Amino acid sequence: MDYLYYPGCSLEGTANEYDLSCRELFKALGDCLTDIPDWTCCGATAAQCVDAFLSVVLPARNLALAEKTDTDLDVLVPCSACYLNLKKARQDLLENSALQARVNQVLAPDELAVNAFVRVRHLLDVLSRDGAVDRVAELAENRMKGFVVAPYYGCQCLRPFAEFDDPEQPRSMDALIRATGADVLAWDMGGVCCGASTATTKPQVGKERVGRILDQAGDAHAVVTVCPMCQMNLERFQPRPVPVLYLPQFLGLALGLSGKSLGCDMNLSDIRPVLSRVAS
Amino acid sequence: MHLTDIREKLAARPDLTRHLAQVKEQMATCIQCGTCSSSCPNARFMDMTPRRMWRAVLTDRVDMVFSSQTFMLCASCYVCTLRCPRGLPLTDAMAELKQVAFALDLDRFRRSTRFYRAFMDNIRQYGRVRETEMMARYFLAVKDPRVPMSYTGMGIKLMAKHKLHPHFPTLGPGRLGPLFERATQQQEQ
Repeated sequence: MDYLYYPGCSLEGTANEYDLSCRELFKALGDCLTDIPDWTCCGATAAQCVDAFLSVVLPARNLALAEKTDTDLDVLVPCSACYLNLKKARQDLLENSALQARVNQVLAPDELAVNAFVRVRHLLDVLSRDGAVDRVAELAENRMKGFVVAPYYGCQCLRPFAEFDDPEQPRSMDALIRATGADVLAWDMGGVCCGASTATTKPQVGKERVGRILDQAGDAHAVVTVCPMCQMNLERFQPRPVPVLYLPQFLGLALGLSGKSLGCDMNLSDIRPVLSRVAS
Repeated sequence: MHLTDIREKLAARPDLTRHLAQVKEQMATCIQCGTCSSSCPNARFMDMTPRRMWRAVLTDRVDMVFSSQTFMLCASCYVCTLRCPRGLPLTDAMAELKQVAFALDLDRFRRSTRFYRAFMDNIRQYGRVRETEMMARYFLAVKDPRVPMSYTGMGIKLMAKHKLHPHFPTLGPGRLGPLFERATQQQEQ
């Protein structure tokens, strides 16, 4: 299938391997990603703490660009925070026509207008529901057999919108992981918050949050994430070394793609145990 | 800071008083059950539980609300919003309290507000966040050498992984400057 792709700022910087591995994985699965031309920041966490109106205008600008590109395609967002901002703005605009008119006045001089038609979808939503599971199973040839993976979802791809998974007990990664031949760790920390940006301004919060989560990962061979903020926190505050990979990196390796092409040299955690397994 | 100072600062800003009144209205049907506090992953780091803070909002104890760090420690994980039996928009209300604190420019929230400001300035200037320059501007704004030092180890790790891309700062009105200006004008109308 084809999608409009919104990478978001962190995928150009500290989460660059998430971007590389997304593009490689979708190419291998035979899907086409079209970048939203001239996309700009969605406002991240900052905009909603500073200015409520701007926290709608910034995502709306990107939705307007997406609509201008192709109204029939869904917008695919790998970053959970960007996903929530774009989705929330879309919802607000659909529910509040006065707000939509005000936003469109701001966008008009740039020859943009937002209708909020295009659907906004998280990467995990797309991978778990658009047929990727079967294609992964076919291409992976059980390459990850004997491997145990702890799926970590974080918060904002699950909450407050219960769009594609249970926000308290998420399971959407299970079938994708099993399709590679690997086993899924039975744990209940998958949807527990990692501390998000409070871990940056208050490191003791991150340390405690991540310690609690990774303690429960027990004997899992790797933790797999779908959010740049979760990935950063889980790699930064490890009580003991655990490989942490982005889901497209893990699936890409299972498909036999090279670690280099999936940005595996950029992870902060030591992921050599995973790489050597695929090589053997 | 004396608690009366917060009241005085607020009294000088009727727009913020109105904003707080809206938050209070959003919380009006809170039954003080404490589900938010028991669900909050950061509650143990807070000087006041979320339940207690909502009570302070409802009883107009703005001095209590803004002398506490509670709302600044909200990580926007939305568990409280999901579980609130009254269906109250608790996480969004936390963000609204952050907006008021940002506008009041209280000293106790200096680190957080300087961070958000550096972030927004970065978006206005380049359209996309340039993490390296954003952090540099944040360090300059907090004027506390301990802050950049606490990030040194992380910075070195990220640099070794080629994740940091230094750019030369650009002068001029910025990529999204006109859009920001129009958004401000639109709100003043």
